[in-house]
Amino acid sequence: MLVFIKKNKWKLIGLATVACIPIISSRYATDLTIQIMIYALFALSLNVLVGYIGNISFGHAAFFAIGGYSCVILLTTFNLPFIISFLSALLVTAIAAFFVGLICIRLNQMYFAMLTLAFGMLVWAIALKWRPITGGDDGFVGINMPSYLDNPITFYYFTFIIIVIAISILSAICNSTFGRTMIAIRENQNRAIFLGIDIKLMRLRAFIISGTFGGLAGILFALYNRGMYPESAFWTESGQVLIMVLLGGMHSFSGPILGAITLYSLETVINQYTEYWQLILGCILLIVVLAAPDGLIGLLRTFKKNFLKLKNDA
Amino acid sequence: MMLEVKNINKVFDGFSAIKNISFSLQAGEIHAIIGPNGSGKTTLFNLISGLIALDAGTVHFEGLDLAKIKPHQIVGLGMSRSFQSANIFPKKTVFENMQIALIAKNQAHLNFFKKSDGIYFTQAMELLQAVKLDNEANALSGRLAHGMQKQLELAIALASDPKLLLLDEPTAGMSLAETQLSIQLITNIVKDRSLTLLFTEHDMNVVFAIADHISVLHHGEVIVSGPPELIRQNQTVRRIYLGHDKV
Repeated sequence: MLVFIKKNKWKLIGLATVACIPIISSRYATDLTIQIMIYALFALSLNVLVGYIGNISFGHAAFFAIGGYSCVILLTTFNLPFIISFLSALLVTAIAAFFVGLICIRLNQMYFAMLTLAFGMLVWAIALKWRPITGGDDGFVGINMPSYLDNPITFYYFTFIIIVIAISILSAICNSTFGRTMIAIRENQNRAIFLGIDIKLMRLRAFIISGTFGGLAGILFALYNRGMYPESAFWTESGQVLIMVLLGGMHSFSGPILGAITLYSLETVINQYTEYWQLILGCILLIVVLAAPDGLIGLLRTFKKNFLKLKNDA
Repeated sequence: MMLEVKNINKVFDGFSAIKNISFSLQAGEIHAIIGPNGSGKTTLFNLISGLIALDAGTVHFEGLDLAKIKPHQIVGLGMSRSFQSANIFPKKTVFENMQIALIAKNQAHLNFFKKSDGIYFTQAMELLQAVKLDNEANALSGRLAHGMQKQLELAIALASDPKLLLLDEPTAGMSLAETQLSIQLITNIVKDRSLTLLFTEHDMNVVFAIADHISVLHHGEVIVSGPPELIRQNQTVRRIYLGHDKV
């Protein structure tokens, strides 16, 4: 037990802090934390593709939107019970990811990225134009939220628990033999084939996992916002989550969490002072890509290594 | 018959890289493919292992037509290969390279929840011992000397427990001392595990030392095939491959 606590010291401190936020902090901070948690899960789900198996997707927001829209439509239009809507929306996203994956994994690298972008735009167009079902450009507003989730604090803990479970599952997957094989494919696809690994099957599985967890983030986002909007499916949203992954560091499991926290907090703070957030974002990205290709987590690790070295030398 | 190659052809942009090649391998045989640079050795290997598609002809492995089987499935049937320039996972340690090979061998790559840390330690170390790399287990494989990377690739190829091993220039880029060590190692492994070996090689001494059977490739054609003594005495081989009359 003690060993476990010692080994996971930082994770436990982080968890405890996030768990305490609604108690010790303002409503504003609570709201901000919910959004950051959702984006952290969204970024982690994308990183299965980008960081682990090495396929860059420009259409990840599509799954976010599919999850969100499915949940609110099932919940409100079809008036289904909350749990059923929630789980069915996850299933819908997984099935969508399966079919889209079947098409996209046929191609590699740039062509894969372009296909995901095209698919993302398709979902966005449907969300925008299929007005009777999705609400069109006004978005889908006013959902049948169950009364037990109406209280902001209850909703906070509901989201918190789901996200902790989801991240634990993703972490187990990424540290499994499946996860190790994804990294092997990223590093040397040819060698992996001649070890007897079915690359296409692996990529399809990674695509489904990535899409489904992206959908879960979308469901939580829709519930939090009491609605879903076509902007969530737009390619800039896919770009934003990709930036979170790059900023945090794609070659580590927790990098995207750090990326989501940093980007979302910066955006919120800077937007209060200037309307030129995008300009500042561009500069940050330039610096990260040029100076810290392993992202913020890479910087932290270098810093920690040098610090330990200094300490040892002293 | 372990491997049967029949009338295979490959054309790249009008250039005939492999012309009507046929040969076969009995179980336990050590067969060498020799030939000058550009004679088609690597292309032949890529055709046999399914990396590139045949234009004509057939390759049968233990009676199975490989045209109907995907490259990754061929490994499972018992055919394993190495590449001319060491094909490893350079950013992983030597031990992790072996783990990946063993994960694939045990089909654990499809398991979402099997923890990967420290997995297959014993098997990985045994294989590394077999290629004399156990002392380098924690070294980053991309930083190893070229010869060692080739040894690692051999261990990776052995991890799938093959019946037939295809080694593409196992001593390419090695010093004389490294070559001798490496050949000793390969011979021992092939004998210990009763493997069938098909390899390409540029070093004639290596070939004559270990091969039971040699095929000479020139401009994509097998010009002569037979036991080492026959090849050694063949006038055409001496002229086109060695540039002189003495081997």
